[in-house]
Parts: sequence; structure tokens; C-alpha cells
Amino acid sequence: MSPSIESVDLTKRFGTFAAVDHLNLKVNGAKCVGFLGPNGAGKTTTLKMFTDLLFPNEGEAFINGVSVQKDRKLALSVCGDLIETPEIYPSLTPLEALEMSGSLRGMRPEEIRSRSSIVLEEVKMSEWATQKVGRFSKGMKQRVNIAASLLSDPEVVILDEPSTGLDPRGMAEVRNIVRGLKKENRLIFMSSHILSEVVDVCDEVALIDHGKLLFYDTLANVEGRLTRSATSVEVSFSRPVSDEALAQAASIPGVSAISRSGPQRARVMISGGADGQAQVLERLAAAHLGLMSFEPSQSALEELYLQEISRGD
Amino acid sequence: MASALPLNPTRSASGALGHVPGTWEQAFLLSRYQFRDYLRSRRFILMMIIVAAIAAILSFVLAYYHSSAAVQALTSSSDAFYGTFWAGGVTVVIIFAGIIFGGDAIAGEFQNRTGYFLMGLPIRRTTVYAGKFLAATAASLVAVLAYLLVLLVNGAVYLGSGFLPASLFESFAIALLYLLALMGAVFLFSSMFKNSLYAVLVVAVLFLFGFTIIEDLIVGLVKIEPWFIITYAQQVISYPFLASLPAHMTTVTSRGPRGATITTTSYAPTYLEGLVIMAGYFVLTAAAGLFFFEREEFT
Repeated sequence: MSPSIESVDLTKRFGTFAAVDHLNLKVNGAKCVGFLGPNGAGKTTTLKMFTDLLFPNEGEAFINGVSVQKDRKLALSVCGDLIETPEIYPSLTPLEALEMSGSLRGMRPEEIRSRSSIVLEEVKMSEWATQKVGRFSKGMKQRVNIAASLLSDPEVVILDEPSTGLDPRGMAEVRNIVRGLKKENRLIFMSSHILSEVVDVCDEVALIDHGKLLFYDTLANVEGRLTRSATSVEVSFSRPVSDEALAQAASIPGVSAISRSGPQRARVMISGGADGQAQVLERLAAAHLGLMSFEPSQSALEELYLQEISRGD
Repeated sequence: MASALPLNPTRSASGALGHVPGTWEQAFLLSRYQFRDYLRSRRFILMMIIVAAIAAILSFVLAYYHSSAAVQALTSSSDAFYGTFWAGGVTVVIIFAGIIFGGDAIAGEFQNRTGYFLMGLPIRRTTVYAGKFLAATAASLVAVLAYLLVLLVNGAVYLGSGFLPASLFESFAIALLYLLALMGAVFLFSSMFKNSLYAVLVVAVLFLFGFTIIEDLIVGLVKIEPWFIITYAQQVISYPFLASLPAHMTTVTSRGPRGATITTTSYAPTYLEGLVIMAGYFVLTAAAGLFFFEREEFT
């Protein structure tokens, strides 16, 4: 059976506010799915219902077909999760915390030792393995938490903004870890509001806002979902751009607008899709303005994200 | 990521490593780690300081006033000695231990966010509750045993060979029941509040003087037996050391101002009644605490 998570009419209300509103989502198979949405969209609330930290007012969450609400123990037995930034008992060392986690999961002592060594190495915490967690920084604790979620080599991994609290280097390392987690028969469901993170590591993306699912699709299909009238492109030049040069660029067919975004940079709106972009690039290069680089100022996902979120507002 | 193991992994049918143990096995496993956490914590040192302070004062008083008639009377028999120092002191040790180890046992999981680590595991809330209950009780028992050890040493000095009477074992067993009853109540309050401070404050106020005040008010004003108050039942811890049990109800009539007659009634629990109250407190409060914990969300 391939790993799966599913929410059926999942609803969570806090008073009259519906944080998650009849969410229906089925994710099936070995892949990495980014669960995107702005702050307050309902991402963490959804993941908390998937891990039984919150109880839905309506609906159910399933992991591998087992209802989390009816049998949390069985449902979570296949799942490694990291919700928010958990605290580990401060007097325990990472090795002891993993030992506790592993033994409660029923892993054998030798399995725990072997896996602990692997996952601590993976999160670069091996040298701190015997130090008490209470002395760790937030980022270090988060690394231990990630290690704990991977300890049992689970089929389903649920991560709630795993790079929270980490410095830029740590965030990059987490992305590498998540990328490395992708393997046959493992489903990774990861919430994030960092679009580049999702583009970097995920195969599919589910967008949620106001507790409702806006879309769920592969990253490859995201481009096709965009309803663009123009594409925004960031152009950089080898020398400062004069007003005359900007006017010259604006006169190129296919350029619908142009604005200075820095002394040697400009943002160009181009109509006409990919062909239009190619023609504008050729003409900009031929105009001898000192063109150095030419790149989309937003990813397709970023554009679709903003498009869908603003539609919801 | 390298996920292959250099051994025969015990994968469950679902694919993850390990076969999740049964509820009680998990509870004992959890209690082991929780107990280890207690033993390494500052709160354990604090509890031991409290016991050491009580022990030091007790030992000093016994040694310094040994020749006085009062101390001579207390050290004349094991029943007098333990009836005073064990039965009188162990309830204080139990109350402090309950507050220190149990006060934030559940509330702390929410407030300190350790619950996010624990509850993400395939473990039932009942198991977490039972495991933490066992650990807090075990840590409290260490404090009680430390206090008992101090008394036994003093008893050996002043009582000689008769320092270990059978009545002490009986009283110790009742004290354990009282510990369970108190821990049940502590866990109830700890489950009701997500804030450790509130839980600890309520428990401290109730057990250190609240229940005693309520008991006095009930007896004095409502004039009924306060059978539902846990501190009323704790008196039975001293019963094994008494030659005869106190009367269940004692009414004293005296002359008040202007010749008025004043009737005062006091109560003492029967042996069985005391035990039933403690057992009842343990079962009901522990179950009620679990009820609240099962419904508490990690918002």
C-alpha cells in the first residue's frame, strides 16, 4: 500500500472563526507535498488535527487509511511528525530523547542506537549527542526534533515549517535533509510559507487560505494554471541605466511597462508569453544597453500563490 | 538520506521501524524517562533540601532536648516516637512532594511545549497520563523514603533494637495510599490548567491549609462530618500507633458567657472510612484528571 494522508471535511472552529473549513485533501504516494498558505491560513491547525493535537469539530483526518481521531496510536505509528517547535525534557540528551522516542515506538535497542547515530549525523548534531538539551539554542533543539521525527524511518513524514528558528545555513541544511528524505514509498507533507523552499524540495503543492483548499497540483502544472496578461522580468545592466535607455527599452514591441528597480536594474513587464520574452530579450541584447542578466522576477508558484490569495481576499 | 540499517529491522506491517508496545508497557517506559528527568531536575534537589531540613531540625531537637521529659516520653516507645514524628511529618513531605513533582506534570506539557514532542508519538493520552502519574509518584516515594530513613536512623539511636515496629509498616502502607490520593488530586488540578503556576498554587493552597480551614468550617458551622475532605482522612496514618482508636464522634458541652450552653462536636474518621476516603479520592480525582487531559487541546 502506498503511503497516504487524507482529510475529509476537516473543520476546526475557534468560537465562530473557522480556522479550517471543510478541508478535503487526499495525498497519495511517495512524494513531497508542500502545504502552502499565508500566516493564519490554517496550515498548522490542519497538521495538528493530523497528529491529534487538536480535535476537529467536523470531519476526520486519515493516515494510511487509519482515522487519527479514532485510533491515534495506530495512525501515528507510521508517521514521523514535527509540529511547531516542541521542547524536549531539558535534562535529557539528544541520544536519550531519541531513545525515549524509539522505545515508545517499539524499536529495538540496537535499532535505536543505529538510527540515532544516522539521524543525528543527518541533522549535524552528532557532537552534541550527549549534552543536555536544556542548554541548546532553539535551532539546535529543532534539529533534534527533526532527528526524532525521522528516527523510525517512517513512511509518512509531517513537518510543520521545519526551518522555523534556524539560521539561513540551517534552513538550507533542512532543505537538503527533506530532499534526502525523498525515497521510494515515503510521503512527505510539509507546511511552509517560504515559496522558494517549496519550489526547491517539493513535487506537489497544496495551497490553503482561510481554512479552505485553493488548489492542489504538481509544481509542473502550476505554470499552466497561471492566467497571465504579462510576465515580470528583472533585467540587470553592466552600467547605470539612463532615462533614455529605459525609454529605448520601453519602445521594444512586447514590453508593456518598464521601471527602474536599482541603479543598474529594471523591472520589465512583457506580454506575449514565452515567445514574447524571447523576442524582447533578443532586442534588448541588440540595443547595446549593457544587458547582463534577464530572469523572471517571480516564480510561477509565487505568481499563482499571489493570484489565488488575492482572489480569496 | 541513508536510511538502510545494518541489521534486521523490526518493521511493522505499516512500514515504520518498531512494533508499538501496549498501553501499560508504554506507560512504564515513559515513566522511566520521566523519573530520570525528575531525578536530574532542580525540583528534586529542592525536595531533598526540604527533607534534609526537616531531618536536621528533628535530629537536632531530639539530641538537644533528649533529657527533657517531653522528649523522654516520645522516645519511650516506638509507637510514641513514630506516631509523632512519622505520622505527623510524612503528610507534610507527601504534600510538598506532590506539589513539586505532580503540580505541573500535565500543565507543564502544555506550558513548556514538551507535549508537542510526546504527543506526536504513537501513544494514547491515557498512557501519557499513567506514565507521568507513575513517575511523579515514584519521585515522591523517594522523598518519603528519605524521610523514613532519617526517622529510622534516629529511631535506632533512641529506641534501640525496637526501632522497626510492625505498626510502622502498616502506617507506611496507609501513607502510600494517601500519596496516591494526593497525587490523583494534584493531577486533576494539573490537567484542568494549562498553566503550571495556577496548578501548583491551587494544590498548595488547598493541601497546606485550604482543606483544613474548610474542614473546620464544616464541622463548626454546618455541624456534619467532613468525610469528603482528604485532610480529614489523613488522620488514619497515625492509627497504627494508637493503643485505642479515637471515638468517631465526640461531643463536648461547656458553659459559655452568661451561662449559655455550648456544644462542640468533633469527628475522627474510622479506620475503614479513612482508607475508603483516600481510595475514593485517588480513583475519582485521577479519573477526572484523565477526563480533562483527554479533552485538552494543544492550541
